[in-house]
Amino acid sequence: MSAGTMIAPGFSHPVFQSQAAFRALLAALSEPGTLQNVASEITPPEGLTTATATALLTLADYETPVWLPEALRNGPAGAWLRFHCGASLVESPAEAAFAVIDGTVYEPKLSAFNLGTDQFPDRSTTVIVQVTALKGGSALALSGPGILGSRNITPQSLRPGFIDELRENGALYPLGVDVLLAHGEGLIGLPRSTQIEEVR
Amino acid sequence: MYVAVKGGEAAILATHDLVAEARRGDPAVPEISVAQIREQQALACARVMNEGSLYDQDLAALALKQSQGDVIEAAFLMRAYRTTLPRFGSSEPLDTAAMAIRRRVSATYKDLPGGQVLGPTYDYTHRLFDFALMDEGGEAAPRSAPTPLDATMPRVPDILGAEGLMEAEEPPEGDPRPFDLTRDPVSFPADRDVRLQSMARGDEGFLLGLGYSVQRGFGGTHPFVGEVRVGEVAVEFVPEELGFAVDLGDVTLTECQMVNQFQGSKEVPPQFTRGYGLVFGHSERKAMSMSLVDRALKARDFGEATNYPAQQDEFVLYHADNVEAAGFVEHLKLPHYVDFQGELELIRRIRREREERLAREQGAKEPDTMPEAAE
Amino acid sequence: MTIHQMPADDTKPAYNYAYLDEQTKRMIRRALLKAVAVPGYQVPFGSREMPLARGWGTGGIQITAAIIGPADTLKVIDQGADDTTNAVSIRRFFERTADARTCEATDEATIIQTRHRIPEAPLKSGQVMVYQVPTPEPLRRLEPREAETRKMHAWAEYGLMQVKLYEDIARYGEITKTYDYPVMVNDRYVMAPSPIPKFDNPKMHMSPALQLFGAGREKRIYALPPYTSVKSLDFEDHPFRIQSWTQPCGLCGAGDSYLDEVVIDDQGGRMFVCSDSHYCETRRVEGHRGTMLGDAAASGLVEETNP
Repeated sequence: MSAGTMIAPGFSHPVFQSQAAFRALLAALSEPGTLQNVASEITPPEGLTTATATALLTLADYETPVWLPEALRNGPAGAWLRFHCGASLVESPAEAAFAVIDGTVYEPKLSAFNLGTDQFPDRSTTVIVQVTALKGGSALALSGPGILGSRNITPQSLRPGFIDELRENGALYPLGVDVLLAHGEGLIGLPRSTQIEEVR
Repeated sequence: MYVAVKGGEAAILATHDLVAEARRGDPAVPEISVAQIREQQALACARVMNEGSLYDQDLAALALKQSQGDVIEAAFLMRAYRTTLPRFGSSEPLDTAAMAIRRRVSATYKDLPGGQVLGPTYDYTHRLFDFALMDEGGEAAPRSAPTPLDATMPRVPDILGAEGLMEAEEPPEGDPRPFDLTRDPVSFPADRDVRLQSMARGDEGFLLGLGYSVQRGFGGTHPFVGEVRVGEVAVEFVPEELGFAVDLGDVTLTECQMVNQFQGSKEVPPQFTRGYGLVFGHSERKAMSMSLVDRALKARDFGEATNYPAQQDEFVLYHADNVEAAGFVEHLKLPHYVDFQGELELIRRIRREREERLAREQGAKEPDTMPEAAE
Repeated sequence: MTIHQMPADDTKPAYNYAYLDEQTKRMIRRALLKAVAVPGYQVPFGSREMPLARGWGTGGIQITAAIIGPADTLKVIDQGADDTTNAVSIRRFFERTADARTCEATDEATIIQTRHRIPEAPLKSGQVMVYQVPTPEPLRRLEPREAETRKMHAWAEYGLMQVKLYEDIARYGEITKTYDYPVMVNDRYVMAPSPIPKFDNPKMHMSPALQLFGAGREKRIYALPPYTSVKSLDFEDHPFRIQSWTQPCGLCGAGDSYLDEVVIDDQGGRMFVCSDSHYCETRRVEGHRGTMLGDAAASGLVEETNP
């Protein structure tokens, strides 16, 4: 079997599927904490959820280096991303425009990615964190731009200390990474502008 | 009931018809063909190709025909088309030393390998009308067979470089692909590749004025034309799947290498520095202006003062683009009555309040003139 | 391949949906996501050369082209009105290139591209405002060099702006900026709201709609997510205030809208009418009558039709 036949297909209608997915991503990051659905009817490669794979198909290309965990980078997910997006896969988190991490794995820390510079804070990495569920966990209260008052989310399987990492990231504002929590077809945006408190 | 009168759409469509009518002029006069423009207005086509950033003589001629000879409008047409073209990749660097020379002059040497080649130039025409051109049917006078030229001619800066007298120019570390300002936003200070690209597509008149300003003292360089050469150069491309270079055809180019004095510094012995200009077609004025401004923009690299417009990359790059400049200047024609109403409200109120104040307290100080302009 | 080297078969060269190629849309979309993550910060983007002139809305057009889809309904206004020539031209552009469904009703639109106004009808959650921006840098008039203004934003050094505004007060007794009045976004970035009249500034604050700003010639994109703090710069002793008129709209009688001045004769005759043409029309349909409706019909501004 050739490598080509092992690569799962991407969008069947790239123009409209990427447009719809982008609007979901735009809503996710402009209204942090809202659950956005990106149902694009693709079959993601092993190791990526539908939402992650759709987001990368929509946003990544030869201009955007992508960081994947080593196992994914060297597996079908890496081949899939190279084939469909033409994206280069980088080993150093700090070089990545986009990154995918497993919410339960300890490394790399959010601070290992590109945090942007004070003159160009837009150059920071967008980190997609794959979690086991976007609901049912302990509650986090969000506030900041895009949120009227506050909004609660209950994602599951975030590594210990991850909330502190998010808070430290927010303290760097306007620098810092922007985070997307992903599971199945769902996405929740946590841009650097969002303040996060654990609800006790 | 009352509804607003809406004529916008019909009025816009009518302007398209009026333009078509004006473009055609008197229908008793034969219509000009794109081929005629390409062949007989080649210098205008070259300017459109330069400022439109696209080497295509047929499209440049079409653009001139469609725009009634308005060069900036023609460049705009080229650019709006160019932006939609897929990119297959970048060509190999062009070798202008291997140019098939049509014209080549040096002001720094009386004679040099390959010789001075005057070629087609207006330099020594007396600017007297040739009234015979009022009538058609004039044939170019047959010329005696030209003396064959050398296949390649060394470039003057290379001759100086061999003696170690010319500033060496090495590609940046790793020889990265040049920046493309039509794809990525420019930030400042801008590197030389960005500056050269911006000038190559910049307005000829703007660069001419800036280059002239350097000569007149608004910038401290003392230029000599090391060489101007015009001719055809092969463009080669290496497709990924082949792995070797394929000849895509020839383009006509004008290259100017301006040699400038440099005093040297503690680290660097005195040497000449280079101003470079490279443009499509036969466009000597543009190539020379570009090379003057290129040298002026190197001021920072050489630790020289940057007091004058031609030495300031942000000033030159932001204002050289005539399509952008024309758009923004001409947008002042668009309605601004919402903002103007704000100004009316303000100035009337301030005047009213002033009069009231003056009425209350005699001899109050007058306010100054008003600021602000349209956006 | 150029257009005069058409393929041998019958396929004509065609523009992509919404004109821009997909790679360009991705680049703009990435810039938009960073823009909403850092409200008010100007993201540099690879602004393309568009088939409309710079200064005529190429930034707004590129944003609309990058976000629009078949589910959208587009409204385009210039000076508040749907029927101004450039609004008509841009609307036609999207009808041609994106087969866009268009409307004039503010509450029916999912995307509203605008030049110089925010509609009078309140915006809703889910709507996207796209502003055409000529000069995205609010400090540009004070400091022409981009290299310098970028540092000022990096370090939130806005003293120069405060001084400029205070000089106004010293000379004229008030801040004389009537449009493109600078705002502070999310207590961090000073932002140019585009040349909307300052009358519209308060509508930006905590708006339920997403607001996107595109400057094509200057190659910048910035954004305000919904419910973002947007404060017009002012001083405690000189609070921000908006324009007001001594008379209501001559056509619909509205006393709460931004008014345009129409010169109706050469004897100094003036009529004030809503700049938001849809707002004014909606009010007239509802039965509101301004005192000069008859004069307006006489001067050809409106016409009387049988219902």
